[in-house]
Amino acid sequence: MNVISGCCQASALTPPDDTLAVVISNQWVNDEYKRLVLQADGAASQSLPGQFFNLLCPSEGEHKPYFRRPMSTYKADPATGQVEFLYKVTGKGTYGLETLGQAQTVEILGPLGKGFDLQPGWQHMIIVARGVGLATLAPLAEAAHRLGIRLTAVLSARSEKSLLSRERFASLGADVRVVLDEDGSSSPERLEPLLRQIIAREGTDALFTCGSRRLTQLLKKLSAELGLVGQVALEQQMVCGLGMCQCCVEVFEVDGLRVGKRVCLEGPVFDLAEVV
Amino acid sequence: MINLSVQVGGLRLKNPVMPASGTFAEELAHLLDFNQLGALVTKTITTEKRSGNPMPRVCELNDGMMNAIGIPSKGAQLFIDKVVPFYRDYDAPLIVSISAPTAQGFADLAARLSDVPGVAGIEANISCPNLEAHGQSFGMQAESTRDVVELMRQVTSLPLWVKLTPNAGEVVPVALAAQEAGADAVVVGNTLLGLSVDIERGRARLGNFMGGISGAAIRPLMVRLTYQCAQALEIPVIGCGGIATADDALEFIYAGASAVQVGTATFLHPKTMNTMVSELEAYCRRKGVASISTLIGALDDLPAEPFGALP
Repeated sequence: MNVISGCCQASALTPPDDTLAVVISNQWVNDEYKRLVLQADGAASQSLPGQFFNLLCPSEGEHKPYFRRPMSTYKADPATGQVEFLYKVTGKGTYGLETLGQAQTVEILGPLGKGFDLQPGWQHMIIVARGVGLATLAPLAEAAHRLGIRLTAVLSARSEKSLLSRERFASLGADVRVVLDEDGSSSPERLEPLLRQIIAREGTDALFTCGSRRLTQLLKKLSAELGLVGQVALEQQMVCGLGMCQCCVEVFEVDGLRVGKRVCLEGPVFDLAEVV
Repeated sequence: MINLSVQVGGLRLKNPVMPASGTFAEELAHLLDFNQLGALVTKTITTEKRSGNPMPRVCELNDGMMNAIGIPSKGAQLFIDKVVPFYRDYDAPLIVSISAPTAQGFADLAARLSDVPGVAGIEANISCPNLEAHGQSFGMQAESTRDVVELMRQVTSLPLWVKLTPNAGEVVPVALAAQEAGADAVVVGNTLLGLSVDIERGRARLGNFMGGISGAAIRPLMVRLTYQCAQALEIPVIGCGGIATADDALEFIYAGASAVQVGTATFLHPKTMNTMVSELEAYCRRKGVASISTLIGALDDLPAEPFGALP
C-alpha cells in the first residue's frame, strides 16, 4: 500500500527546532481545558497531524516542573506561523502554562515525532477521540477534509459539559457522534455496534484513535477483523522528546515479536496492529 | 583568537565541551552543530541486546532528575554497522561508551571496537548504578576497577577513558587504580545513586527502585570529586555532573577538569553545548585568557586566613 505522509505533504518531515514562541492568547475553553495560541514562525508551524512539541513550562509558585512537557499539536498553520495547544490544567507543568499571558514567551521544541499517515484515495474514515485525544485528532480531521475524505468523528467524554471541539469537527464537515459516560453510551459494549454500523454503511477505509486504552483495544480488534487501516496516537512520560533518553518506550508486537519502541521518535502515532 | 583546544587522554579536542553518555544521539544533529563540539560520546553499548529497566525510568526532582534507564542496547553489531558510519561525517572524535557484565566482556568489546574505522576512543562505563542490584558496579572498588581496566588496556591502543562513580566510598583510590591500570583519562563521573519515594502509593518512583541523580543538584559534589581526583592523578580528568552553563563548566575546569561533559542540560535545552562553547570563549576574552588550557586546575586553593578567635 502506498501510504504518503499526512495531508499531501509527501516531502520529508520538517526537522525540529527550539523556538521561542510568543503567546497570542491563552483562554479557557471549558472548566478544565485551556487553548494556547502561539506565534511560532519557522519549523514549528510546519507541524503535521499527530506530531507534538516539548514545552518548557514556566514555574508557578511552588510548582517547578523540571522536565519539559510533551503536548500534541492542536493546530499549526504555516501561512500565519501560528501553533495551538489544547491542554488540561492538571499538574506541575500545566499549572505554569496556565499563567502565561499575552506577549509572554515560551520555548517549544518541535515539531517532534511521526504523525498520522493518510491516503488520498480513501473514501471515509472514523476518528474516535476521548479527553485530550481530541486535541491530537483535530488536525487529522482538517487533513482529511482537505483530501476530500469523508469523516465520522466519535467524540467521547464524561459529560456533555466536558465535551471539547465539537464545533471544530463539525465545521470540517464531519459527521459528529457524541458518546458520554453519563448516559452509558461511551462504553466499548455500546460503541462497538455503532462503529460496525457506520463502517458497513460508509465503506470505511481507516480508523484513528487517541486518549483511551479501552477505545484503542476496541479499534485494534475492529481494524484487524475488518482489514482496515488503524492508527493510534499514544501518550507517555517523556524527557528529551528526541529519542535520546529512552524513557518513553512502550512494548509493541511486530511479526510475533515483542519490540520496545520510543513513543517520541518511532511514534507517537503507531499502527493499531502493533499495539499490545 | 582564543584557543579553546585541550589535550585529553590521547586526543586533542577542539574545545573542552562534549556530551555525557546517554544524553546524546543522532537526532540531536537537527539542533546542534556536532562539528563545534570537542568530542561526541555515544550512549553506552553492550555486545548483546538488552531490554532496559521497567517503567517508569525517570522522575523529576526540584533541581535535577533521577533515571534508571538500564542501558537498553541494540547490540554491538548494529551499532558498528549503523551508528558509527553516521558519525564519520563529523570532525569531532567519536568516543564509544561501553559496558559489559564481566571484565572479560569489557575487554572483548573494547578489542572489537578498536578495529572499527571512525572510533576515536573508548569510554568504559564501569559505573552505571542501574545495571546490577543495589548500584554495584566495577567502579565501586579499586581492585575490580584495576582488573577491568588492565584487561581492556591489553587489547586496545585506542584512548581509554574510564567513567568513575561518585557512589564509591573513596573515589580517589579507584581513580588511581584506573590510572595505574593504563587509563588515559577518567571521567568524574556518573550519576549519584538515590531513592525517591511516592508517598501516595508507598512505592519507589522508579521502576528499578533506585536510580541515578543528575542535574544541578549534584554539581558541588562532582566539582569536589573532580578536584580531589585531579590533585591525585597524572592523567586528565573530565568533569561531569550538573553542568548547564559555561559558568558551571568553568567551576570544573578551575577544579582541575581538562574537559567537561554535559548531560541532563541537553534534555532540557538541546542547544546547550553549542551555547556553552561561545560563552567559554566570551569568558576567556573578558578575563584576558589566551588559552583555556591555562585555566585547568587554576583554582586558588591556598587556605583562607585562620579565624583567629575563640567563641
